[in-house]
Amino acid sequence: MYEGAVQDLIDELGRLPGVGPKSAQRIAFHLLAADPDEVKRLVDALTEVKNKVRFCERCGNVAQDELCRVCLDPRRSDATICVVEEPKDVVAIERTREFRGRYHVLGGAINPIAGVGPDDLRIAGLMSRLQDGTVTEVILATDPNVEGEATATYLARLLVPMGITVSRLASGLPVGGDLEYADEVTLGRAFEGRRRISA
Amino acid sequence: MRTYRDEGVVLRTHKLGEADRIVTLLTREHGVVRAVAKGVRRTSSKFGARLEPFMHVDLQLHVGRNLDIVTQVEMIGPYARAIVADYAMYTSGTVMLETAERLVDEREASLQQFRLLAGGVRSLAAGEHAPSLVLDSYLLRALAIAGWAPSFSECARCGAPGPHHSFAVALGGSVCLRCRPPGAASPAPETVTLLAALLAGDWEVADASQERHRREASGLVAAYSQFHLERRLRSLPHVERV
Ligand SMILES: [Zn+2]
Ligand SMILES: [Zn+2]
Repeated sequence: MYEGAVQDLIDELGRLPGVGPKSAQRIAFHLLAADPDEVKRLVDALTEVKNKVRFCERCGNVAQDELCRVCLDPRRSDATICVVEEPKDVVAIERTREFRGRYHVLGGAINPIAGVGPDDLRIAGLMSRLQDGTVTEVILATDPNVEGEATATYLARLLVPMGITVSRLASGLPVGGDLEYADEVTLGRAFEGRRRISA
Repeated sequence: MRTYRDEGVVLRTHKLGEADRIVTLLTREHGVVRAVAKGVRRTSSKFGARLEPFMHVDLQLHVGRNLDIVTQVEMIGPYARAIVADYAMYTSGTVMLETAERLVDEREASLQQFRLLAGGVRSLAAGEHAPSLVLDSYLLRALAIAGWAPSFSECARCGAPGPHHSFAVALGGSVCLRCRPPGAASPAPETVTLLAALLAGDWEVADASQERHRREASGLVAAYSQFHLERRLRSLPHVERV
């Protein structure tokens, strides 16, 4: 244990995903020794992200304004929506340059043991985007693990009866893995080879 | 380093650091085991796929300082594939996994609980019976193994021979008129017959039951389970009953 302020910092850093007690300690002492300007830039970036970045009102992606960059881009197709779990999955799919439609970010996957059901995800928002007939295909790009697959099953059952083409990324993605860790080539291939889900 | 081998059903996984997962399993010989599976979120090997919830696997583990480390995995039953493709199966199945973790302690072997869960998940994935029946049968039998066997014939309090028309969760099942506490449920006789069949594994009777009796039975099983498991089962409200 360290003196008050240092220990507080270590505790806060230790709450971050992927940061264990040892790393938290290392980062804390790095910051203690760092140039004050460097620390100020970090503090500003943290404040900025909490004050300015919010979630796109249409798709749930991270955004600076009401709508995110993808939703605002007039060159993208409105006919296709790609459904993902998290904003970082949008980044992963954008890297492949395979997809030129819009996104819908659910904010997670259905995981009953963690207390997450369909009502806890942005599913109502997705359904309202499909009402006017503009969207003809929905690509389900949830993670290739149990929770992601079950979420895709749930969504397909809602969407297929609406007459929309529903497809799921092709196998070949590492099962049990995170979409964000798939390399661009694999993810691009999974997109091209997506298979249609029928009722 | 010391290693050991066991078989288990994966109950739950969660992310650890950048690419690892902590996998919680109900094993045959070591009770509930929490172990680290390294690199499974990043690799394209089959390792990660085998360590998903509902999978029945044979595994080798290294004894670690805090958590053991998974070093080898062989598939015994790839049940997750069928279960995730059916939403009712998935939601029923997750309650089975959550309950198993509650009823078995870490490192406390319970061969009966392991067999019940492995058999239940296998039956669920095979689509042998309605998912909600598999779940309710599992819950009744798992609680019975844990020492809370409900009674569906003689009075749970005084032993008077049944069948009785009242059901009191806190007293342990069916109760006679003299023992009936205020607020006890009065299920249909067919519902009590169904509950007895689910506890006994009499599938001929259970499969032939009617929807309304299944619903009533599910409500009583849920109340009975929640009474005996101290904390609320988080997955139970999400079960889709079709
Ligand atoms: Zn957007
Ligand atoms: Zn009595």
